Amino acid sequence: MSTAVAEVPVQSQVHYLNANYGIKSWLFTTDHKRIALLYLGSITLMFFIGGAAAVLMRLHLIEPAGALVQPETYNKLFTMHGVVMLFFFLVPSIPATLGNFLVPMMIGARDLAFPRLNLLSWYVYITGAAFTLYALISGGVDTGWTFYTPLSSHYVTTHVIATAMGVFITGFSSILTGLNFIVTIHKMRAPGLTWKRMQLFLWSIYATSVIFVLATPVIAIALFLLVLERIFHVGIFDPAIGGDPVLFQHLFWFYSHPAVYIMILPGMGVVSELVTCFSRKKPFGYIFIAYSSLAIAMISFFVWGHHMFVSGQSVYAGFIFSALSFAVAIPSAIKVFNWTATLYKGSISYDAPMLYALGFIGLFTMGGLTGLFLASMATDIHLHDTYFVIAHFHYIMVGGAVMAYLGGIHYWWPKITGRLYHDGWARFAAFVIFIGFNLTFFPQYMLGYLGMPRRYAVYPAEFQVLNVMSSAGASILGVGYLIPFVYLLWSIRYGPIAGSNPWQSTGLEWKTPSPPPTENFEVPPVITGEPYGYAEPEHARV
Amino acid sequence: MSERAASDALPLLPDQPAHSASSVLHHQFEDIEQQRDADNFGMWVFLATEMLFFGGVFTGYIIYRTLYYPGFVAGSHGLEANLGAAMTFVLLASSFTMAMAVHAAREGKRGMLVGFLTSTIILGIAFLALKFTEYIHKWHEQLVPGFNFHPALESLRGAPERSVELFMCFYFFMTGLHALHMIIGIGLLAVLAIVAWQGKIPRENYTRVEVSGLYWHFVDIIWIYLFPLLYLIGGRYQ
Amino acid sequence: MAQWPNLRPEVASVHAERMDHLFFFLTGVTLFFTFLIFGAIFYFMIKYRRRSETERPPATRDSRILEITWIVIPSLICIVLFFWGARLFFAAFNPPQGAMEIFVVGKQWMWHLQHPEGPREINQLHVPVDVPIVLTMTSEDVIHGFFLPEFRIKRDVVPGRYLSEWFQATKTGTYHLFCTQYCGALHSGMRGTLEVMSPTEYAEWLRDNATAESMTQMGRQLFTRLGCDTCHLADGSGTGPALEGRFGKPVTLASGESRVVDESFVRQAILDPGSLPLPNYRPVMPTFRGQVNEEQILQLIAYIKSLGSSERSQTP
Repeated sequence: MSTAVAEVPVQSQVHYLNANYGIKSWLFTTDHKRIALLYLGSITLMFFIGGAAAVLMRLHLIEPAGALVQPETYNKLFTMHGVVMLFFFLVPSIPATLGNFLVPMMIGARDLAFPRLNLLSWYVYITGAAFTLYALISGGVDTGWTFYTPLSSHYVTTHVIATAMGVFITGFSSILTGLNFIVTIHKMRAPGLTWKRMQLFLWSIYATSVIFVLATPVIAIALFLLVLERIFHVGIFDPAIGGDPVLFQHLFWFYSHPAVYIMILPGMGVVSELVTCFSRKKPFGYIFIAYSSLAIAMISFFVWGHHMFVSGQSVYAGFIFSALSFAVAIPSAIKVFNWTATLYKGSISYDAPMLYALGFIGLFTMGGLTGLFLASMATDIHLHDTYFVIAHFHYIMVGGAVMAYLGGIHYWWPKITGRLYHDGWARFAAFVIFIGFNLTFFPQYMLGYLGMPRRYAVYPAEFQVLNVMSSAGASILGVGYLIPFVYLLWSIRYGPIAGSNPWQSTGLEWKTPSPPPTENFEVPPVITGEPYGYAEPEHARV
Repeated sequence: MSERAASDALPLLPDQPAHSASSVLHHQFEDIEQQRDADNFGMWVFLATEMLFFGGVFTGYIIYRTLYYPGFVAGSHGLEANLGAAMTFVLLASSFTMAMAVHAAREGKRGMLVGFLTSTIILGIAFLALKFTEYIHKWHEQLVPGFNFHPALESLRGAPERSVELFMCFYFFMTGLHALHMIIGIGLLAVLAIVAWQGKIPRENYTRVEVSGLYWHFVDIIWIYLFPLLYLIGGRYQ
Repeated sequence: MAQWPNLRPEVASVHAERMDHLFFFLTGVTLFFTFLIFGAIFYFMIKYRRRSETERPPATRDSRILEITWIVIPSLICIVLFFWGARLFFAAFNPPQGAMEIFVVGKQWMWHLQHPEGPREINQLHVPVDVPIVLTMTSEDVIHGFFLPEFRIKRDVVPGRYLSEWFQATKTGTYHLFCTQYCGALHSGMRGTLEVMSPTEYAEWLRDNATAESMTQMGRQLFTRLGCDTCHLADGSGTGPALEGRFGKPVTLASGESRVVDESFVRQAILDPGSLPLPNYRPVMPTFRGQVNEEQILQLIAYIKSLGSSERSQTP
């Protein structure tokens, strides 16, 4: 096991969790670590809401004629599933929880550049979530998370405005978080911490933050214009006055494509940390992994049209988007190869975080490669708007991002709480999640190729067998997600004390006690060497 | 920030007057230089997001102007370029007073700072008053899409009605968004003026004035783009 | 009783076969790299598993050559995939000359299909085998999508625009038609069938389902009923230009801009004539928005097309 250290782990008397008590000390905190926990609570709630919608959907799809709800309700379920999972879970997940907690610690600072802005970000997030939950409770919205016009602007009678406003408001939370990270990483690194000495998690958070600040405003304006069009019944997307509904798609996808990189880049950063720690090796090709994060962020802004090959976009624009979509796959491939090479001649342990990281690498590879089917224009004609696309993005988002998120939560849990969780249960849960996930989503590739369109509440009987397989897998996956909830919470009270560095990692964040004091470092560290010094005798660089 | 342990309190800088608690070094920074640097950089990053925010509407504008040029010309000629020009001068003047305010803050001259901030606010309000007047005129001419769009034939100037309606949509969206940013800016400056009047902005830490200045200049620059794009399409004096 | 699903949808056209080749190549690439990575991970996981807590593996050196290799090889594969996909896409959306035109109007939540000879169908389309068919499509309301999985083609159906796709069936049979762009409550019910028949059967079907008028004739009736013929006199002496021989030709607008008189142009002229002022003609044509639906516009277009596109007439 990984906690065998000569001395007994201790926990300091005063740390960030018990420095103050009372609800006000949490709701008015400016400590980045407490804010990270506020986010953790809120996004977990949103995850279970989005997950509940998914459970209902998969139960419904057992029968070709629909087993559970009316088509109108099903349409609301898949819309809410998309909106909640994307905007309120995936986008904030790693940056707002692990990022907030770790960025100052990894650069040797006491807090982020703008702690009060950080707290404001959380309140903005909560406000946006409140709008969306209001829409959910008062009847839902049924436009799909993509809100295409003119369906959403002129035809549906559901709560588009409340939902769009919710997403609009939460977007500002992302922008402020990204702004905070960019300034912090630029201006507050500890003495001696050059860019090329930063841990890879920081590189990916930085790249993510660039996308946050540049892409999110565009969806803000797209939704804003949609809301205006819906309220005043005039607008620039209405064909009756010469408006172009496809313009909405351009504005929407200009954000939403980079957004998917917001969702995956932090996960890649987590995986870099996990793979190195649990093979006790520095990352193979550090500079390639670091720069590939930036390359992904930059190229991601220029590929949005690959969602629109068949929507009436010019074929020549399509060529450019297709070529660039292939280009953006290359940096991801670079990472996968480098992570795998990091394992070579390492000392690999099978702790739960590592299982999640390795699962990520394999599933992200498959998910990413199925993206090539969609980047290639001719195959996209057939596969667009079918279950193939659903399988593709769930492989990346769930098989990738969520597994990286869980891996990160498990890895840094001892630092955050000062406790260890039960590793046996953790590995079991990782295994259940991996199996359940593949059973759920692999059949969907086949369904898509066979032609089953997405967003179908009822479907032809010939697709039933694959749908039932997928639903069976989903039930396993659902159970898999509940298990960590139980043992992690249990460990807070009853888990063994972790000590400052139970995994014997070289990361700067592990140089503090667990849980850390409010100010993180008693003495600001000075960095004198390269990161990931596992091969060095004491592997310490402070 | 109640969770700081008492022993961790950082020392105040030697010459900080006791009442200017807000000018003390914030705990997350090592020195005042780093704090000023970070605050400035933060505002620049925020302005980048604002560029992308306005960028979306500008993109839509460019596309539709290319598609419906006659309608845009007609709509543009219906706007009062004199008022627009006046608003431009007012905003440019306000940017001047804002720059002077930053200068005053750097020099530590409280009276001058408050005076120039107030002038900037007054000019900003003047801008909004002119804009409001324009909107009222448009209402009377029945050129407000969604509320009151029944243009007289002369208003169309031979262009198709729906293209003019599209133009007016963009006119109200873009100037409205800009006006919203002006209102926020005026609020910001009002708070700043009050704080300055209370003497809480020393010359060692006038970053708040600097970043507010950056914001104000940015909103001004947006208008510099809006004015020709909306008011000066197609030439008027042929 | 549900049966075991096929792994591959039927192949009903040459394009479908070609797309499948690309699809299978992509599948091969995906499986290869997935197994490669998973395999390497499993192998390393076992071979280099941690044997003792104090184990400190020595650092391995980075390898520039390896990095370049695994950048270059995937890039080459991607280049191949890009060109292959782009060429096939181009062919998929460029119908051959002389293709049979069928007109499609999507509306919540059904498909209206119109043959030029006159018969109209709802949610079903009968076509002959081995004949290229081009579908000209628009929507009455929201964006829909016309998907023929056995042909591996789809295209969005957008209000305010004509978008087209084409196919040529190589086998008779009954095939799926799905709406593939989410369009509201009964999106999943907006389905139908494509019936591909032999030429003789198709001719028989046309006879059995013949309507009194063809599309062109219906268009002419509308042209008269709506009063178009009061201004658009054939000799050019009317308030509006003569339409004989105009379809398919370029026209210069009052602004100097040059446009081609295609389906989109005619539709725009009917619905928003003020946006297309012509030199030498007063802009007095009224709009017919609200008086004609999309299908009727298509009939008018068919009529105007039939007014000859070979004779050159004087430009105004």
